[in-house]
Amino acid sequence: MTLFSLSRFGAVLFKEFVQMRRDHLTFAMMIGIPIVQLLIFGFAINTDPRNLPTLVELNDPSPVARAVISGMDTSEYFAFHGFVFGPEDGDRALRDGSANFVVVIPPDFERDILRGLAPEILVAADASDPTAVGSAVAALGGIVDRAIAQNLGGPLAKIAPGAPPFSVVVHKQFNPEGKTATNIVPGLLAIILAMTMVMITAVAIVREIERGTMEALIATPVRPTEVMLGKILPYVAVGYIQTLVFLVAAKLLFDVPFNGSRLAFFVGFNLYIVVNLALGFLISTLVRTQMQAMQASFFLILPTILLSGFMFPFAGMPGWAQTIGTAIPATHFLRLVRKVMLKGAEIVDIVDDLSAIALIGGVIFLIALMRYRQTLD
Amino acid sequence: MTGAAVSVKGLTKAFGGTVVVDAIDMEVPEGAIYGFLGPNGSGKTTTIRLMCGLLTPDAGEGRTLGFDIRTDARKIKENVGYMTQKFSLYGDLTIRENLDFMARMYRLPNRREVVDSTLRELGLEGRGNQLAGTLSGGWKQRLALAAAMQHKPRLLLLDEPTAGVDPKARRDFWDEIRRLSKQGVTVLVSTHYMDEAVQCDYIAYIAYGKKLIDGPAREIPARIGLTTWRVDGPDLIELEDALLADPRVEQVARFGAQLHVSSTDAAGLDAMIAEWKTRNGSHHWEKKEAELEEAFIYLMATAADNYGLGGGRA
Ligand SMILES: Nc1ncnc2c1ncn2[C@@H]1O[C@H](COP(=O)(O)OP(=O)(O)O)[C@@H](O)[C@H]1O
Ligand SMILES: [Mg+2]
Repeated sequence: MTLFSLSRFGAVLFKEFVQMRRDHLTFAMMIGIPIVQLLIFGFAINTDPRNLPTLVELNDPSPVARAVISGMDTSEYFAFHGFVFGPEDGDRALRDGSANFVVVIPPDFERDILRGLAPEILVAADASDPTAVGSAVAALGGIVDRAIAQNLGGPLAKIAPGAPPFSVVVHKQFNPEGKTATNIVPGLLAIILAMTMVMITAVAIVREIERGTMEALIATPVRPTEVMLGKILPYVAVGYIQTLVFLVAAKLLFDVPFNGSRLAFFVGFNLYIVVNLALGFLISTLVRTQMQAMQASFFLILPTILLSGFMFPFAGMPGWAQTIGTAIPATHFLRLVRKVMLKGAEIVDIVDDLSAIALIGGVIFLIALMRYRQTLD
Repeated sequence: MTGAAVSVKGLTKAFGGTVVVDAIDMEVPEGAIYGFLGPNGSGKTTTIRLMCGLLTPDAGEGRTLGFDIRTDARKIKENVGYMTQKFSLYGDLTIRENLDFMARMYRLPNRREVVDSTLRELGLEGRGNQLAGTLSGGWKQRLALAAAMQHKPRLLLLDEPTAGVDPKARRDFWDEIRRLSKQGVTVLVSTHYMDEAVQCDYIAYIAYGKKLIDGPAREIPARIGLTTWRVDGPDLIELEDALLADPRVEQVARFGAQLHVSSTDAAGLDAMIAEWKTRNGSHHWEKKEAELEEAFIYLMATAADNYGLGGGRA
């Protein structure tokens, strides 16, 4: 008698693949969800908008000041829409939305630079959508720098290096994390995998029970491990495909860098996929119909999106939300992916996140296994 | 081997405190077609699951094909063909894929030939690539039966295999059961239909999880102890109503242009019919031996659907 028959396991695996392929809707969803989500979160919810309408209050018609304006206009962030004459004009434009920025160049700007007095450029920004203007403001420094370098190359050389020749003062509240596509896209992998892996596994298992095929299946000599592995592994493959689609899209569409260790990423996403499959398995032991499995999965996806640090900066959430968030696998995977892709983390840097995911996964597995025993009899 | 394909004693199973199989003893002789009868919810499916090791009994013991149902479930599964009450194949796989899948579950050698010959015997050679879900009810059942037979089990457990299937398909299905039985396969089949019950060699009848009666089919009527009179003549409908109104009549069943009037109280029934004859001479009365038909109608009538339980009549 064999403890594990590769042939039977292979038969279940193959059957599951065939069923997956025939189920066009689910199949399309599995590939479509990553792409649609990337497009929605990456483009539509664009936190890095370009060509924002900008007005200038020019109090020093010097060549440097004009170079600053034309530099802004040629940059992708600002679109120069004209001049204002006095603070009231600028405020009105910001209020009625005809401008996102009003840039105030102070009197004697060029002269003060040459004297080393570090004059202030005042940027009044529409604060109602703080993240929308974040990166534009960040880009302003570079634009002014270049304008000065081009126009005052000679005289500026006299200024002591290290001391900035001017300062930019921004009048608005600013999101310190400076969310950009670069920041959102990596986190999206955690959401996409949680969303699809959990639901697909739960539905695939419950479908077999609901249709009555599970009984016929376990009436054959097939072993439970052969059934479970055979049913789950195809969805690990789906997770791989989704991750691949994601990585390619992240690179091509959003130019998100991949700075860290591939090994760290590989270990992390495999662990995360397995934990999500276990969660789907757990759901399948708690519900009776495919519809319920779907609803339970959707129910779980909400806290995953809202409390994992994907939607709101984790540190900024209230204590209770952080407590819940800590128990969600996505929270830790999200950090892991950001660390690896953006901050160039190696495997030693993500040990904490890996342990947290493994711990949560272990608990899920344990409960699922206990539930599975009960439902057999 | 004991000569019994299935032998269980005191089999008991409860779900959440409700006893649904209650101390059942049963012997299925090798080679028999054994009919397992009972109303909906009486515990037939649960009993069959216990017999093939899919459920563990709370009390009692038993052997199926000589293997202990508690400890040898694996051996039982390898040697039994079980056809579940619901269509148990994959509707989104083709006929061939389904057969091939089942063949692989039993790790059959020469899978391709086995599947080919199953398709041929079914007469479905040309349709191997059709999705199983598109078959008619009758064909689905035949396919499920064929799939359960591929590994040549010595015992077939069929759980209401013909429920909801049209009469012609049911007859075909039973031809197949008899053919398998001739080859030496023991068949345990649960059913609702009287015309199927009469085709069985042995019968067991359960209600509310308790066995009411079992034995060779031809002995069942005598065991129940029914006395039956056959009557024909005019106005059978009025006659039926009048007879049923008499407390000494337990059962009136119509067979074509005749009524079969039965009771377990032989003396009472005979006396009543004597009175009736003197009152109304236009009917022709004849005492007959009670047969399986009357016996089944009698059994079925004693217990309606058993859902919601609560100690039945026994
Ligand atoms: N897994 C289960 N959990 C709880 N109750 C069950 C389960 N299986 C069957 N029952 C109950 O046990 C009783 C007998 O069911 P079953 O064996 O399916 O009867 P039958 O096959 O004769 O219709 C029914 O009341 C049914 O609701
Ligand atoms: Mg049943």
